[in-house]
Amino acid sequence: MKVLTISEMISLGKSPEIIFWVGCAGSFDERAKKITKAFVEILNKAQVSFAVLGNEEGCSGDPAKRAGNEFLFQMQAMTNIQVLNGYNIKKIVTSCPHCFNTLKNEYPDLGGNYDVIHHTQFINYLIKENKITIVGGSFKGKKITFHDPCYLGRANNIFEAPRELIKKLDAELVEMKSCKEKAMCCGAGGAQMFKESEPGNIDVNLERTSQAIETSAGIVASGCPFCNIMLNDGIKHYESENEIKIMDLAELVNQASKI
Amino acid sequence: MNYIPNLIFAFCFFFATFFFVRNIRKIYRNINLGIPINRSDNNKQRWIQMTKMAFGQSKMIDKPIVGLLHLIVYLGFIIINIELLEILTDGFLGTHRVFAPYLGGFYNFLIGSFEIFAFLVLISVIIFLVRRNVLNTRRFLNPEMKGWPKNDANIILYAEILLMSLFLTMNAADYWLQLNYDNSIYINVGYFPISQFLVPLFDNFEISSVVFVERTAWWLHIIGIFIFLNYLYYSKHLHILLAFPNTYFSNLNSLGKLSNLKSVTNEVKMMMDPNSDSFAQNSSNTDIDKFGASDVFDLNKIQLLNSYTCTECGRCTSECPANITGKKLSPRKIMMDTRDRLEEVGKNIDNNNGNFKPDGNELLNNRITAEELWACTSCNACVQACPLGIDPLSIIIDMRRYLVMEKSAAPSEINNMMNNIENNGAPWPFNQMDKLNWKNEL
Repeated sequence: MKVLTISEMISLGKSPEIIFWVGCAGSFDERAKKITKAFVEILNKAQVSFAVLGNEEGCSGDPAKRAGNEFLFQMQAMTNIQVLNGYNIKKIVTSCPHCFNTLKNEYPDLGGNYDVIHHTQFINYLIKENKITIVGGSFKGKKITFHDPCYLGRANNIFEAPRELIKKLDAELVEMKSCKEKAMCCGAGGAQMFKESEPGNIDVNLERTSQAIETSAGIVASGCPFCNIMLNDGIKHYESENEIKIMDLAELVNQASKI
Repeated sequence: MNYIPNLIFAFCFFFATFFFVRNIRKIYRNINLGIPINRSDNNKQRWIQMTKMAFGQSKMIDKPIVGLLHLIVYLGFIIINIELLEILTDGFLGTHRVFAPYLGGFYNFLIGSFEIFAFLVLISVIIFLVRRNVLNTRRFLNPEMKGWPKNDANIILYAEILLMSLFLTMNAADYWLQLNYDNSIYINVGYFPISQFLVPLFDNFEISSVVFVERTAWWLHIIGIFIFLNYLYYSKHLHILLAFPNTYFSNLNSLGKLSNLKSVTNEVKMMMDPNSDSFAQNSSNTDIDKFGASDVFDLNKIQLLNSYTCTECGRCTSECPANITGKKLSPRKIMMDTRDRLEEVGKNIDNNNGNFKPDGNELLNNRITAEELWACTSCNACVQACPLGIDPLSIIIDMRRYLVMEKSAAPSEINNMMNNIENNGAPWPFNQMDKLNWKNEL
């Protein structure tokens, strides 16, 4: 499996078509790392010329900005922009909707203008270009529900790219009672991931998980490492790990794809 | 000729208009207490947005039954108010149904439409009343809806029932007179599709009594409208006017994009530029910006306009994941608190010769607590849900900015997260040098 950092690539005299922005969860969280690996496998299968930033990738600044720390956000953003502009990066793909949103919408005001793509959009593109082919069968007839990440769906109007992938898996797409524009949050956004929740009746992720369980789908697909973590905690709480799997679309496509 | 009714009418009209204009000017002044924000871009897109959302009620359809009922009341409001032109003309000139002779059959059609709408509005409003007071619709039972907000909503519905009933009574009495009283005033002008069913009620009346009923209903109807017009300012019902500017000026960017704080950008650029002479820069900058918002003065004009526009329907709150799971946060309450505080500030200014006298109160803590603010997941469900393009999230974020940047008052876990970002380039306590370790596990 080939993963080069941008500096390694440049020292080989090459420049990548695209930067894969891994994000903190994809780099450090045990569950989310599997998503990163699956996506890297897809990129390799499709022979995409890509690089990662490695140690030069900082926090996008999303949780800092949403917690209200504009200073910290802008420091992070400008440092990242210096790195990205220094390498003359034009195109970024990321598997984290929070990084996606921040890089796409909030970096331009600070001098960072890139073509930012979410990995579900990119995988769709790879399939359309016949760079990878989905081998039907393994998901045929299985019920899959899709949890819309807030920062992919409502925030950026990307509702169809992930759903197209589920359809390509030959699976039956079932929707939760709140979906698309009205999808309920997993509870991680706005820096909630990093703190205990305020007093209430139930945790947000448990409420959302029970909506997913109601669909009786065997797989809950998502496109966000944080949603994945939250919903995984949810099914553990309901002791449903054997009946339901929380999977990223990159993992599902990787399982069902060949070159 | 007896001009006294004309004079009384003219007095009522100017009295109502005077107070209405005075209140509108107050609203305008209060909104202008906010920070300027440039929303003069994309004129075309803004017109489209206003046409769709305000005129077209596009988002009301999300809840089809209530959306349809609201559409009826909205269309009824606009269409029946065409009749107001005639009522005002009659009032000033002392005429009776002044347009009828000129419009002929079309007049019959117009009055017929008004009546049908009045009837439909009446039915819709009664359903609304039942829904608010008998059915347990969760979004009308939140804590912020106790007391005045609940009464306010009911007063508006009762007022609409009263106005529609007066309108139909007036027409019924008029129609009875057209049929039974040979007089040049009450010429036959149409069929009155709804009020004709009320006509038999007057069959045992003297002509003079029916004239009295007709006049009384006419006067009460128009005075009711004048009162309603002036009640708007004291109610949650300003959306019938402010929906239009509010949707025009509402945010056109992706919902995920939070505003960029320019004042911070300048400082961060200075910090990151090794050549900048920060002391020279700072000394020229005597006006130190306040970061974030703790009171209405720190919010922008659109956010304040949003607060006056909010009609407390609670669609935001019923979609809010924090509220659904029992947290204190309610986006509707954020808007109501902002407006209440802005009104308090406005009254303070009125009482102190046009200047605000610090009153020791603020929007933060006195009305909106940190607990509410920290419960937000920034998911934008509230913004998406609002049929009028109100953005409660932007206020929440501005107030978090104040808590964090001015008061260093973030929850301790948030502080840990921010320290991690600062030191490790990630919100978790892992070393940035280990960021590519996953590669070795492939």
